[in-house]
Amino acid sequence: MLGYRSLSIKQKQVVWAWSFLALPVLFYSVIRFYPTFGAILLSFQEWNLLGSKSWIGLENYQKLFADPVFWKVFNNTFIYLLLGTPLSLLVSFIIAYNLDKVRFMHGTIRALYFLPFMTSTVAMAWLWRWFYQPVPIGLSNNMLAAMSIPQFPFLKSTFWALPSILAPAVWAGLGFQVIIFMAGIRAIPTTYYEAARIDGVSPWTILWEITLPLLKPTIVFLVVFSSIGFLRIFDQVFNMTTNDPGGPLNATKPLVLMIYDTAFNSFDMGYAAAQTVVLFTVLLVVSLVQLRIMRDR
Amino acid sequence: MSNSEIKASSQTLETAKTTSSFSNVDPGKVIRWTLLFLGGVVMVMPIVFMISTSLKWPHEIYELSIIPKEPTLENYIYVLEDGRFYQWFWNSLLIATATTISAVIFDSMVGYALCKFKFSGRMFVFVAILSTLMIPTEMLVIPWYIMARDFGWLNSHWGIMFPGMMTAFGTFLMKQFFETVPDDFLEAARIDGLNEFQIWWSVAMPLVTPALSALAIFIFLGNWTAFIWPLIVTNSPHLYTLPVGLTTFSVEQSVQWELIMTGAALATIPTLIVFLLFQRYIIRGVVMAGLKG
Repeated sequence: MLGYRSLSIKQKQVVWAWSFLALPVLFYSVIRFYPTFGAILLSFQEWNLLGSKSWIGLENYQKLFADPVFWKVFNNTFIYLLLGTPLSLLVSFIIAYNLDKVRFMHGTIRALYFLPFMTSTVAMAWLWRWFYQPVPIGLSNNMLAAMSIPQFPFLKSTFWALPSILAPAVWAGLGFQVIIFMAGIRAIPTTYYEAARIDGVSPWTILWEITLPLLKPTIVFLVVFSSIGFLRIFDQVFNMTTNDPGGPLNATKPLVLMIYDTAFNSFDMGYAAAQTVVLFTVLLVVSLVQLRIMRDR
Repeated sequence: MSNSEIKASSQTLETAKTTSSFSNVDPGKVIRWTLLFLGGVVMVMPIVFMISTSLKWPHEIYELSIIPKEPTLENYIYVLEDGRFYQWFWNSLLIATATTISAVIFDSMVGYALCKFKFSGRMFVFVAILSTLMIPTEMLVIPWYIMARDFGWLNSHWGIMFPGMMTAFGTFLMKQFFETVPDDFLEAARIDGLNEFQIWWSVAMPLVTPALSALAIFIFLGNWTAFIWPLIVTNSPHLYTLPVGLTTFSVEQSVQWELIMTGAALATIPTLIVFLLFQRYIIRGVVMAGLKG
């Protein structure tokens, strides 16, 4: 048996490397990879958590794709994404672009925008839910009433409920995007701007020809990051619709809420697992498509 | 010209500009500042309303005034009376702290090993860990739940914590930062007779403390506000985390919005205080973690 001392430096490195990695490798295998394959496997089975599992092939997927509720939910999930990402990116860029040029009380204003990011999502969901209550309870409708504007249905309307739930999500995420954008803007070398100034280029052209193109890595990061966030929206919807989960008439139900319901209220584990596989595929495809499109441009 | 020089020269340019324009204030700049400031005020208004409502008597909450006519701490006394919020606060604090310590240590350990050791299989381990970033938590909660049930981890602190003990994001982040630590430093320590563990812990780690604190902030915030997994894995009220506790509490109160707002304020105020105290570090940390990660 050879001792540690007799090993070469290179061999010692290998021993050290694996002793650093032993526990993590175990963790990632057991807590990440094994469950991933477990979920995929379960999606081909029927199981109510108590009885025995039975193999049913693609039945869960067939059931899912034939379910009108699933398509409604699928739609909703993409509406959260397609409204949330462009809106929050546009607003946060406008704020960041202007805030970057402001010196007076810069830190204070930045803190005001960032503060909502530090809050707890659940607390904010209940806060906004209060805003949306009808007269005489809800703040927004009371304000409208004070200006003698008719009441707005917010969470009760099948059309407006989804944007009403999206609003706090956009609001709370804005601060993060603003500071990331500002860091991106700061990282652009000032020599570009100085050259443009000497050439007498208008601020509008500078924005379109210098700032935005050079900000591309930041924009790509924020688009992918916020898209993943909106596709996985759950906390807000769960807390703002506890009396009628995903309602009214499933108008606000996102995929993750459907998964939660199927798994932990109906205990239809196989069916829920199939939904998680769909979620995984959607996230993967959306991220890859976004990366591809934005890398080419 | 180096990066810092560019920054420095731009700084002098800016100051020069502001002093020269001080005598005749540019109306465009004033409008920009005012709009930004008002926007910022609008951003914090919801939080202000939450706190103001938590200080109002029930009959007053329907009024639009921000400052309560007869401010009261009665709501806080009522909400805190039965001790549940203390328990939830403690649970959240314990879980977020333990997870943060574990993730920071293990993530930097893995990041360091993948960055500084040469061994076959390094690339494979790195790509494997990185690929877990693509797997959404929601896909894993069902198998985790089954695992927790089989091992008897349901309704325990460990059950809430175990999925977050290490993070792929942190591993990637720390690997990036260890790239900036020169190998000469490590080699010198090796000649001094330190073993590899000591080199990592007492030579390399102190050199990346900004990254460590950035990662810690990110992980702590993530665990402090985590909702779906604690909701699934616990069903006894004394093990709830603050977000899950707040949900059940709010459902219970149903129409007593001043109490719900008090609960929400109790869940929010601690992080806001921490933010106001360490604002610069937190923002710097979030930028660092966001851009490198």
